[in-house]
Amino acid sequence: MRRHLFDRIPWAAVVFVVAFGIPALGSRFYTSVATDILILGLFATSLNLLLGTTGLVSFGHAAYFAVGAYTCGILMKTYGMPFAFGLVAAALAAGAVAVLFGFFCVRLTKIYFAMLTMAFAQIVWAICFKWNDVTGGESGLINVPYPDLGWMEAIPGLGGMRIGEHYFYLTLVLVAVSLAALRRISQSPFGRMLTTIRENPERAEFIGVHVRRYELAAFVMAGFFAGVAGAMFGIFNRGVFPDAGYWARSAEALIMVILGGMNQFWGPLVGAFMLIALNQQITSYTEYWPLVLGVILIVLLFTFPAGIVGSLASVLSDRRRRPDA
Amino acid sequence: MSDAQFLFGQFLGGITTAMFLFLIASGLSLIFGVLRVLNFAHGSFYMIGAYLAWQMVHSIGPGPGAFWFAVLGAAGSVALLGVVIERLLLRHLYGREDLYQLLFTYALVLVLADAAKLLWGTQQLSVQRPGILDGALRLFGVIVPHYNLFIMVLGPAIALSVWLVLYRTHIGRMIRAAALDREMLGALGADVGRLYTIMFGVGSFLAGLAGGLVTPVKTVVPGMDVEIIIEAFVVVVIGGLGSLWGTVIGALIYGQFLSFGILVFPRFSIFAVFALMAIILIIRPWGLLGRPLR
Repeated sequence: MRRHLFDRIPWAAVVFVVAFGIPALGSRFYTSVATDILILGLFATSLNLLLGTTGLVSFGHAAYFAVGAYTCGILMKTYGMPFAFGLVAAALAAGAVAVLFGFFCVRLTKIYFAMLTMAFAQIVWAICFKWNDVTGGESGLINVPYPDLGWMEAIPGLGGMRIGEHYFYLTLVLVAVSLAALRRISQSPFGRMLTTIRENPERAEFIGVHVRRYELAAFVMAGFFAGVAGAMFGIFNRGVFPDAGYWARSAEALIMVILGGMNQFWGPLVGAFMLIALNQQITSYTEYWPLVLGVILIVLLFTFPAGIVGSLASVLSDRRRRPDA
Repeated sequence: MSDAQFLFGQFLGGITTAMFLFLIASGLSLIFGVLRVLNFAHGSFYMIGAYLAWQMVHSIGPGPGAFWFAVLGAAGSVALLGVVIERLLLRHLYGREDLYQLLFTYALVLVLADAAKLLWGTQQLSVQRPGILDGALRLFGVIVPHYNLFIMVLGPAIALSVWLVLYRTHIGRMIRAAALDREMLGALGADVGRLYTIMFGVGSFLAGLAGGLVTPVKTVVPGMDVEIIIEAFVVVVIGGLGSLWGTVIGALIYGQFLSFGILVFPRFSIFAVFALMAIILIIRPWGLLGRPLR
């Protein structure tokens, strides 16, 4: 098939370069919203490795987000560790917890898998909520320090900027690297096998694939990147609060994935963009954002079940097919 | 008050909690058993039932039968709401993946929570106990309100009536058949769609009834929907999704767990509840009395 100009443009790279200009708009608000979108976009994309790629409906992905956020926050605030150490520790801790929980979860199917992931997430939430001495309990871990980003002053073009803008650049690069890694994973032979498992687990088992082991590997990788997102989220908010692990946050990530489209790699990122942008717009008019979100979600489920990116992709491929036919 | 009396009081408190939980969780479990839909909005139906009961009590004004009329009116209205939602919306998602149904019912949670805030505000509302059950009784030295006794009798009565309908009537046989093999039932000429609507309506009725009945014991506030749905999940997981007696046992275990858990580990009781849920899912995903899903 002839490659169109549209396909030849490396869109991910274009978006990455354009995103570099966001702080130049001069609005502290835009920079902050963009940071939020990047972090939650990574969180939703990590969930989609389970949901879209492997076909596992996790209702407790917030658990790994929270483990990452608390690990990094506690290491930086209580033990005065540098951010680089906190971030790596957060990702490893989230991955380790995912090994433990995932070991049990992948033994269950469908609704039971969803329920067990949710039960585990609620356990994490309950610990964060009640373990006052370590997590700060109900009032959370406040005044988590910003990492020292003074070295960025030395980079040409980044001098004289606010700390929030430096943090945006750090987030942009870390999220871009993580997304690139996730994309490599989902397009690798390993990722293809995950899709085979989604489409037909019996057949995968039949051709000699250890399905549970693959599912567990996907579970751990998804948890690892959720931990990265969580660590960055805690710093971004200057604090970590128990609702990082609450089931409403897991549901929010699911909504982002569905909104963007779970069968597209970039769907969750677009979904995060849509959800956060809409939230900013609508909450300035009304306090009834959940009502609006619920209605949008219902309309979406009935009209665009493939999500925004999924629907766009099918429109584009239809248009391309027509001249050939 | 002696230790034994104190423990007996905790035990009775646990039974009362269990009966409310049974009323809510049984609807959730019955709907799952037949429709295979895990209804997140079930807690929202309970909340709407509570608000509607408050509204009706205050619209009717004081009178001997006002409370009962309000509770039944609220339960009936919630059942109607459930039927409308099932007929107009949920029905079209049956053929799709579980995730779409889950997210649809989650969207209902968001919509109904805000709708309740719009209609009734955010302040705490409460309802007086009905006059006929205003008194209390001394049972082995423990004071038990008549209303709590009534709930303790009503719970088993409802469990028994649901059982009688399921196992002793024609429609009950159809419902059990639909839970086992819906394709076969449809092929035999039964109107499976109508059964689904009835089941969703009955489940919603039970949620609304529980919401109405809880108003004299708990204040009606925003957030009661999400709080109860998590508890109802724990109950049905313990007992087994889709199993009536499992739900009874799940509710009793959970009620006692809450009552005595507070005494043994006050700080970690919510942790222990979810740990219990996880352990049951790991050891016996289909619950104590449920059947494994094919």
